[in-house]
Amino acid sequence: MEYHLTTPIPPEDLKKISIGDIVYLTGTVVTARDEAHLKALELHKKGEKPPVDFKGIGLFHCGPVMKKNEEGEWIVVAAGPTTSARMEIFQDEFIRVFQPGIIIGKGGMGERTTKACQEETCIYGYFTGGAALLAANRIKKVKDVFWFEELGMPESLWLFDVENFGPLTITIDTHGGNMTEKSKKKIEENKNKIIQNL
Amino acid sequence: MIMKDIAQVIEDTAVGLLKLAATELPTEVKEVLIKSENTTEGALGKSQLHAINENVRIAESEIKPMCQDTGLVSFFVKVGDKFPLKSEIKTALIKATKRATEKVPLRPNAVDMFKGNTNNNVGIRGYVPWFYFDLVEGDKCEIIAMPKGGGSSNVGKMKMVPPGKGIKGVKEFVVEAVAAAGPLACPPYTVGVGVGGGEDMCMNLAKKALLRPLFKYHEDESIASIEKELLSILNKLEIGAMGLGEGPSVLDVHMEFAARHPASLPVGVVISCWALRHAGATIDKEGNVELHPH
Repeated sequence: MEYHLTTPIPPEDLKKISIGDIVYLTGTVVTARDEAHLKALELHKKGEKPPVDFKGIGLFHCGPVMKKNEEGEWIVVAAGPTTSARMEIFQDEFIRVFQPGIIIGKGGMGERTTKACQEETCIYGYFTGGAALLAANRIKKVKDVFWFEELGMPESLWLFDVENFGPLTITIDTHGGNMTEKSKKKIEENKNKIIQNL
Repeated sequence: MIMKDIAQVIEDTAVGLLKLAATELPTEVKEVLIKSENTTEGALGKSQLHAINENVRIAESEIKPMCQDTGLVSFFVKVGDKFPLKSEIKTALIKATKRATEKVPLRPNAVDMFKGNTNNNVGIRGYVPWFYFDLVEGDKCEIIAMPKGGGSSNVGKMKMVPPGKGIKGVKEFVVEAVAAAGPLACPPYTVGVGVGGGEDMCMNLAKKALLRPLFKYHEDESIASIEKELLSILNKLEIGAMGLGEGPSVLDVHMEFAARHPASLPVGVVISCWALRHAGATIDKEGNVELHPH
């Protein structure tokens, strides 16, 4: 099935979606990698709020290449997904605290994230890894950037307006489904067979 | 006077190589990715390969980096005995890395553990970009620029295999390393394997093996046959394009062997994402530049 979602995504829209479905997202997406996850959670622990309200929007595992145009405004050069597995160690806590609607990345995420997605109504979608220019073409506007001086270009929070951002292949749904974990089990079985026959 | 000009030629050439590597895949990589899209049957795998190929076309026509991760920069340099410059080559390549970061642009990827991102892809402690220098006969200097993304570097592996396990132990470890990479590092992969030397040399050889053009197998028949065997068995892992189980898992496997210590069998596995990026050129002592076929 193919779905077109708009942020903030209502939880009832997320619940309709299952693993293997294709999603196109319109609205607000914010990039966050390792450092930004850590910093947002640290602020929360201190009782402070990060500069972006993540609720119902797209959280994009991405460290883009950006440059300034002649008017001094930021523009996106390339913005594909980074490997999401690195964020597995704090993604569940991030979902519980900040309630994003959809996480966008590549390579899939593990059991902790799957559980948080099920309990907090969030989904995870794959954008083709490395397809940074296809992604950049769907970003209509750079709305803002936070933590640039401190974290540098790849790790900053870049706030984007996107239109029909996708195709995103859903590999974690709100029902506890995780497509990547299934393929990883199959790879493991195949590996054992191959090694036996060497 | 001549010296200064040649340093400038090296710098300008290296900026061009970093740009070419970031924006355009070597021909044989482009061709095998298109062939893979055409022969993949499942819709999920086909759509991933279609997106990759579309993205590669845009990168080439708009001269933009194909992936936002423009990598950590390394240079493979062969310096001829009679080539007029030696250490100045390094200086020129460091300057080129800074210039290319602005010009292409490349993402600033050199992060100091304590002082943060240097914003120019050059480390403050002198190791990045990384150089592989070799001294050769003649009066030319060959430079290959190889930017490598973090995602695929994260799945590189080294193991000191017990020598008693022999070549079977080598194959087993390669299968384990690629299976562990699974969907994480943007498959279909190209796999470089280095066997022998020491714990550091095997990794260097594995990385160097990635520079050999795809489908050009080792000149030693017995090594070539292991490369082909590994290509076939690694595809039985069924990782598929982007790890979704459809399409090729591995595009090619290249191996380099060095002599080993009797007590050691070091094996290094370096994995490239689908975007196997490198570009090379040879500069002669007068400063004439010949780009390598790309």
